Amino acid sequence: MTSNVTPISPSASIGHNTDDTHQRNQPMALDLGWVRDVRVNLSATERRVATLPGRRTVKKDAQAAWLLKAVTCIDLTTLNGDDTEGRVRRLCGKAARPVRPDVMEALGMADRHLTTGAICVYHRFVGTAVSALEGTGIPVAAVSTGFPAGLSPHHLKVQEIKASVADGAQEIDIVITREHVLTGNWQALYDEMREYREACGDAHVKAILATGDLKTLRNVARASLVCMMAGADFIKTSTGKENVNATLAVSLTMLRCIRAFYERTGIKVGYKPAGGISTAKDVLTYQFLMKEELGRDWLEPDLFRIGASSLLADIERQLEHHATGAYSAFLRHPIG
Amino acid sequence: MSVADYFDTMDYGPAPEADGDARAWIAKHDGLFGHFIDGQFKAGETTFDSHEPASGKFLARLAKGSTADIDAAVKAARKAQKKWTALPGHVRARHLYALARTIQRNARLIAVIEALDNGKPIRETRDIDVPLAARHFYHHAGWAQIQDAEFADYDPVGVVGQIIPWNFPVLMLAWKIAPALALGNTVVLKPAEFTSLTALLIAELAQAAGLPAGVLNIVTGEGDTGAALVDHPDVDKIAFTGSTEVGRIIRQRTAGSGKSLTLELGGKSPFIVFDDADLDGAVEGVVDAIWFNQGQVCCAGSRLLLHEGIADAFIAKLTRRMETLRVGAPLDKAIDMGAIVAPVQLERIASLVEQGVKEGATLHQPAGAIPSSGCYFPPTLLSNVATSSTVATEEIFGPVAVSMTFRTPDEAIQLANHSRYGLAASIWSETIGLALNVAAKLDSGVVWVNTTNMFDAACGFGGKKESGFGREGGREGAFEYLKPKLWKNTKPRPAITRPEASPATTGFDTPDIDRTAKLYIGGKQARPDGNYSRSVASPKGESVGDVGVGNRKDIRNAVAAARKASNWSAATEHNRAQIIYYIAENLSARTDEFAARMARVAGSTPAKATKEVDAAIARLFTYAAYADKYDGRVHVPPLRGVSLAMNEPIGVVGVICPPEAPLLGLVTLAAPLIAMGNRIVLVPSEVNPLAATDLYSVLETSDLPAGVLNIVTGDSLELSEVLASHADVNALWAFGSDALCTKVEQLSAGNLKRTFVDHGHQLDWFAASSEGPEWLRKASEIKNIWIPYGE
Repeated sequence: MTSNVTPISPSASIGHNTDDTHQRNQPMALDLGWVRDVRVNLSATERRVATLPGRRTVKKDAQAAWLLKAVTCIDLTTLNGDDTEGRVRRLCGKAARPVRPDVMEALGMADRHLTTGAICVYHRFVGTAVSALEGTGIPVAAVSTGFPAGLSPHHLKVQEIKASVADGAQEIDIVITREHVLTGNWQALYDEMREYREACGDAHVKAILATGDLKTLRNVARASLVCMMAGADFIKTSTGKENVNATLAVSLTMLRCIRAFYERTGIKVGYKPAGGISTAKDVLTYQFLMKEELGRDWLEPDLFRIGASSLLADIERQLEHHATGAYSAFLRHPIG
Repeated sequence: MSVADYFDTMDYGPAPEADGDARAWIAKHDGLFGHFIDGQFKAGETTFDSHEPASGKFLARLAKGSTADIDAAVKAARKAQKKWTALPGHVRARHLYALARTIQRNARLIAVIEALDNGKPIRETRDIDVPLAARHFYHHAGWAQIQDAEFADYDPVGVVGQIIPWNFPVLMLAWKIAPALALGNTVVLKPAEFTSLTALLIAELAQAAGLPAGVLNIVTGEGDTGAALVDHPDVDKIAFTGSTEVGRIIRQRTAGSGKSLTLELGGKSPFIVFDDADLDGAVEGVVDAIWFNQGQVCCAGSRLLLHEGIADAFIAKLTRRMETLRVGAPLDKAIDMGAIVAPVQLERIASLVEQGVKEGATLHQPAGAIPSSGCYFPPTLLSNVATSSTVATEEIFGPVAVSMTFRTPDEAIQLANHSRYGLAASIWSETIGLALNVAAKLDSGVVWVNTTNMFDAACGFGGKKESGFGREGGREGAFEYLKPKLWKNTKPRPAITRPEASPATTGFDTPDIDRTAKLYIGGKQARPDGNYSRSVASPKGESVGDVGVGNRKDIRNAVAAARKASNWSAATEHNRAQIIYYIAENLSARTDEFAARMARVAGSTPAKATKEVDAAIARLFTYAAYADKYDGRVHVPPLRGVSLAMNEPIGVVGVICPPEAPLLGLVTLAAPLIAMGNRIVLVPSEVNPLAATDLYSVLETSDLPAGVLNIVTGDSLELSEVLASHADVNALWAFGSDALCTKVEQLSAGNLKRTFVDHGHQLDWFAASSEGPEWLRKASEIKNIWIPYGE
């Protein structure tokens, strides 16, 4: 990804400062020149992500810590046609206590209040989740705007956002209209995103690009930039319903856009890969990518979320293995 | 650090690769290794120590190969060669296949020993070097299998001496021995003194895999051992990878020995970033170009040429990226760079960087720490480097990139090509027209488009200019281990003597009009600088005509004219073919005249001379025909993309014609060179230069552009020395006495000209084998352009 712009502070290092709550992204004017300047070379992108797992690894205590950190970034998700209130409440319980207390104890982490990053549900279950999570500090995220295809009437999409916010959702995961990207109608994409952002009010908005539908990395990069210009707090890969969901190549492309946006505006936008990250090994590679491309700040849940449903179970097994030295089994960890 | 600490800092922590098996292997040998000769390990009389670059600690004691050791190894190789060559290709294929499998089976052990011994990261040995080495054996098992079908006109070279560098010990070993063995040669290989262990491990594995005794011999040692191998009279070929300095010495030492030579030498490869590149992708490209193997890579993209408009943005991105590079223990699995191979190299890198800064460059090094002990140097960028700075031209062979800017594509090409070296280049642009146009115009053996440091057994690797000659890998690499059968039964050339020419007198008859041939330079007939001439005598001493005696200044002028005629190299193949046909047409109109004069000088019959003229005309037709048919290949490495193997002209080529066959010899040598787009400075037969001077008017009427073929008559030996030592001549073909050929090879070391000499052996110029693809192969150089696909 490239833009022919001198960064506002060329030497700005992207360091981590936990005391510093970063400034929220505010919409800026659509900069079509920047959008059109985007260049992404697929082979070069693939080479970077193919070699990364060989360049970085974490072992032993470091690995356990990284996996625990990953837990805090999970948007524990249920987005199925057969979801019910009971199902959602069960998931909320898991979000509040994602790792068995004895494992936390063995890892010397008993004093840490560890939860997942959020619960992610359809609008219908926002209220259920909000009440189930009361007192935990875990935010509820609602997928919105006619998820997953995003082709409902526009005014209904806006209303859907408002309804979820009214029900207590603190985060809204919107889906963009892919047609705008596929036809290069950046203005329409920008307008739509701005309106969603406005409808969210104080709730943070994650823009789902549905990268599996956009196909090319150039499309992904352009859509990322437009959504950030229109005020997205997070950019997110996919709904989990496309044929191809989060990939490392798509992630690298989006992270480079986030970096370019930060270098130009000073605003840190978050990243959420979703779909397809189901093993501890997978998630570590994403974490390496975040740290290498964006820096330490982007390993925390305020800037990094992972949309996943089965990932947590695999992490729990790895953590128990780390604590005991013996391989674990799924049934030893509470179902989510 | 506890889990909680890591949770807060999110540091990586140590991730060591276990080295137990590797150290156990060394311990099994009591840390003492001998040579591998004739299938047996043999203790050395004297030894030297090898150290771990990461710690400086003693690693192993190695045998120091003596002249006697080399002799024993060459004898073993010679003895084995007959049987090895005689084996059916399929049997050799089985052996190569077994070596490939053996390497795969022992991949981790090889990778760990390599990292210990060399200091490079385990990631690279594990993910790159060892898999590529195995791939090389697989690929070349295939060449053994199909050798008879594919290379029917060639024999193996024989016993090959191979000297490899320390930067890719096991990979370079594979690049060297796989093609040599596959094609029926036997090998004596000397590993670099810093890094001999994996070669000895491979020897052990090859022994276990059943490779016959004597086929592969390994003699460890230092420079003296290598010199003994280079000098050994019973070695048929030397293949060397290493510094340009040592390559030059090898060229000089092997001059006149008849040894064939492949040199893969240094570089200062350009890495060109246009303003329409994927800049983030290109930044990663720089990481893979110059911080791969600590920059100790001959084809490292060490010279960043940045479009001026994006240079600041690019440097900002690059310096940010440098901050995240991790330098550490080679066996740590979470590092990007390991140790420099030896303290002497570290000192050289540090002093060159210091000099670069002194000469005005801006130094960029990341804040991150490097290990306090051991042989480490941080990733380094020198920006704003002047072209006149030492670091802009000198190969640093360390993790140091230098950068400068350009304004236009033409200027990028000019800066890129303005180097003694010509190994590799990397181009970054998302515009296909721009990228491919630049790729075609770069003077280097390998070009990577939007990628860098890609290698594969199916694609030739090797340089132009002072980066050496010959290719390794693929079909083009196979030829380096074969010799054409056309030389098989050639005999030393009989001397042709002529008495002093006596003045021609016609008494009171009307004399011929005086014709004193001049030289032919830049499309004009030019009087020789010295203004001397000499008579050309018939065997009876009768003067048949006078020709100018060219001197060094005439050669200088001719080379300048040839250099200027660069349009010929860019001309279309169709256009070149047309002109060569036209030369043939115009020559044929004057067959009788040429034949008559040639017969007089030769003392033969016009009928016999006519045969030579006719053969020359037919040969011109052959090369006119080939001009647009000897095209390149599309290699298919394991990649979503292709590698285009393009046949390119070498440039300015000197040609010393043989004394015999004054017209056919000239055409045999000049026509393939011209057909491939080279420009020539040609010294005609000393016995009958008139056959060449008579050609001036033929060339003039055939639309051959000025400067493409320049002809300087004179003393062959004297003029060949001027050509051989001329730094602006890229190649020299010399057909004449053994002494002349030796001189040519010796003096060509200066700028590492490609030489093609006959060592005083006379070809049958009329033979069908005296024309065709083998000659076109000699007249061109292959450039591999790697083009990955994808949007």
